[in-house]
Amino acid sequence: MDNNESEFEPKIVAFVCNWCTYAGADLTGTSRIKYATNVKIVRFPCTGRIDFMLLLKAFANGADGIIVSGCHPNDCHYTSGNFHARRRWIAFRHLLEIIGVDVRRIRFSWVSAAEGAKWGDLVNETVANIRELGPYTEYTKVAQYVEKEDNNE
Amino acid sequence: MNKLEEKAVSLLQSGVKLILGYEKGDKGARPFFCHTPEDASKLIYDEHATTNLATYILKPELMGHDKVAVCATLRTLRAIAQLASENQIKGENLIVFTITEEGNGDVKEFSGIDEINSYLTDKELEVAQLYKELDEKLSGMSREEKWSFWVNEFSRCIKCYACRAACPLCYCTRCITDVNRPQWIDPWPSPMGNMEWQINRVMHMVGRCIGCGACTKACPVGIPIGYLSRKMLNDLSEEFGYIPGQAMKDGNSLSTFKPEDKENFIH
Repeated sequence: MDNNESEFEPKIVAFVCNWCTYAGADLTGTSRIKYATNVKIVRFPCTGRIDFMLLLKAFANGADGIIVSGCHPNDCHYTSGNFHARRRWIAFRHLLEIIGVDVRRIRFSWVSAAEGAKWGDLVNETVANIRELGPYTEYTKVAQYVEKEDNNE
Repeated sequence: MNKLEEKAVSLLQSGVKLILGYEKGDKGARPFFCHTPEDASKLIYDEHATTNLATYILKPELMGHDKVAVCATLRTLRAIAQLASENQIKGENLIVFTITEEGNGDVKEFSGIDEINSYLTDKELEVAQLYKELDEKLSGMSREEKWSFWVNEFSRCIKCYACRAACPLCYCTRCITDVNRPQWIDPWPSPMGNMEWQINRVMHMVGRCIGCGACTKACPVGIPIGYLSRKMLNDLSEEFGYIPGQAMKDGNSLSTFKPEDKENFIH
């Protein structure tokens, strides 16, 4: 790659459900669709398992953007995990807005096991968005506050 | 002998072992455990009685096999109604009474949770003046300003967990902040740990908070933490279909769902 070294490469963490999006991302690969390599996929049994603390921890550890994705409504392997997750996201997003966390950096999506192309597009779009927004130093600065103080001594 | 004292004496003489109420303290009223009819004269009930006594009725050391009565304020009633909807209250040993708002000090004893619920239906949950002012202040801020405001506020937190202790609905036997494999939240004060702790508190209160403001009052460094759950309570009431200050009829917000929940943020 002849990219300029100083150019910002977004770090994206994707929290995905095992039954739909993970298989969908697999299909993207087996279909030989190329997409941005900035994403690190973390597999979960269900979107219902994706605790909001995981998202916060990703940001605290330097993620610039987050993708949360699972089965479409009514397609949940466990019948209602994604419905419960959706409620949690509604509340969580609202709370983040009140506190002032940049919710544009969290991308929610439904990607089924058959939507390999959608997964590729989703990642590419998210990477492009985050590239525009820049690194999320606002959050990591707070998270690393104590560490920095120690180093100064 | 006023009506409250009369009620307390008659309860204690009819087999009630403990009355949770208020007595005169340095600053208004403080919680008081009344065990004997002689102590009943110390009981008071006024606008200073703000501590939410519902925190005590979940304590196994108080709620044994003996009958306990609670002199409940509106806040306490709301908490009891919510706790009952979460199956946290064993009704047979608990007697709840309140002083009616008419002003002549009449005592009203509730026959059960259903009566408490119907008593609460026409009582609107007000937003505290402090929260209104904060709302106004925050609505004019940009996202970055809000973030630095809250980071600044939470950086004062000393992690005393008074908010957790004061909240009648924070009753997990093992709190997430005490979970240390993995250590989710720094138990010591640190800017991010404080932030995460409050986010967790609010998220666990979604649709459950009864807006009593006990957390804000308990905070020794004066962070308006109750604002967050109070605002969430109001903002999400339509979406999740509950009335602020009243217990949900069929399950809490985050343990239930509607297939038609809003989806405009999922692409």
